[in-house]
Amino acid sequence: MSWWPVLALCVSAYAMKAVGLVIGARLDEEASARWSLAIVVVPVLAGLIVIQTFTTGQRFVFDARTPALLVAGVLVWRKAPFVLVAVAAAATAALLRLVA
Amino acid sequence: MSRDPILRNALSIGVATAVYAVSFGVLSVAAGFSVVQTCVMSVVCFTGASQLTFVSVIAAGGGVAGALPPALLLAARNAIYAVSLKDILSGSPPKRALRAQVIVDETTAMAHAQPTLAAKRRAFDLTALCLFTAWNIGTLAGALAGSGLGNPRDYGLDAVFPAVFLALLAPQLRGPDAIRAAVAGALIAAALVPVAPAGVPIIAAALGAVPVLLASNRRRARVALGEVPEASR
Repeated sequence: MSWWPVLALCVSAYAMKAVGLVIGARLDEEASARWSLAIVVVPVLAGLIVIQTFTTGQRFVFDARTPALLVAGVLVWRKAPFVLVAVAAAATAALLRLVA
Repeated sequence: MSRDPILRNALSIGVATAVYAVSFGVLSVAAGFSVVQTCVMSVVCFTGASQLTFVSVIAAGGGVAGALPPALLLAARNAIYAVSLKDILSGSPPKRALRAQVIVDETTAMAHAQPTLAAKRRAFDLTALCLFTAWNIGTLAGALAGSGLGNPRDYGLDAVFPAVFLALLAPQLRGPDAIRAAVAGALIAAALVPVAPAGVPIIAAALGAVPVLLASNRRRARVALGEVPEASR
């Protein structure tokens, strides 16, 4: 495999990250005081959770990930430690697949 | 395990990531990339979903022209993350340029989940350190071994990431504005999945914050004009 696909991927991936920082830096103080930009991450993370849990490719799939997220949701609501949330989600999905 | 919650959380994200990194290493070598090329991708590109998509499309015979656009669409959300991290990423220009490299889902979510600016900065750096180490050691192991630890799905690891993001989103859901933005983002992403290419639904989900941003802007303008007392903000 030639190196240029590797370089193309690396350069453009870094460009995405850097562009965001440059845009952020160019927003003047007034704009960032007016708009709390941290809120933008909230809908993106919510979208990410939906996609990672309920979809495979472009299809909706309700599999072992669904009950795993439910278990995680209850634990998060009960303010369980982060590690417990992660382990319980993995264990739920893995056990359901083992049984299935 | 550590008593420091930020470090402990960062370490557990690292463990789950390492297993995915092994799969990436295996897939990449199988797709025809050398071990060195595979490791360079993980160090320099450092965007898991993009890398996995890139080598999978090439392995499926899609060619670089077919593999690059979907990989970039998946990487584009990092630009949104970078904007949101404006005040959290600190340091001299070289340090910021280095930190830009590690702006991904996990580092961003960990940073924004913390209550104070100092904790946000520390969470970003510690998560970046754990993630970068895990991703690259895992990649090397997978690329050299050529066969993985098995499918990460068998360990339920595909369920870990949404669970972890939920745990990191929860502390950010303070007040009705944030909850509305989260629901809007989830709905936008879900609506676009069947029709838009991968990556686009996640970027578009950011639009869920627009009504909240506009409303808070209007509120502040009214306060500035003296129409509304400060306390009702």
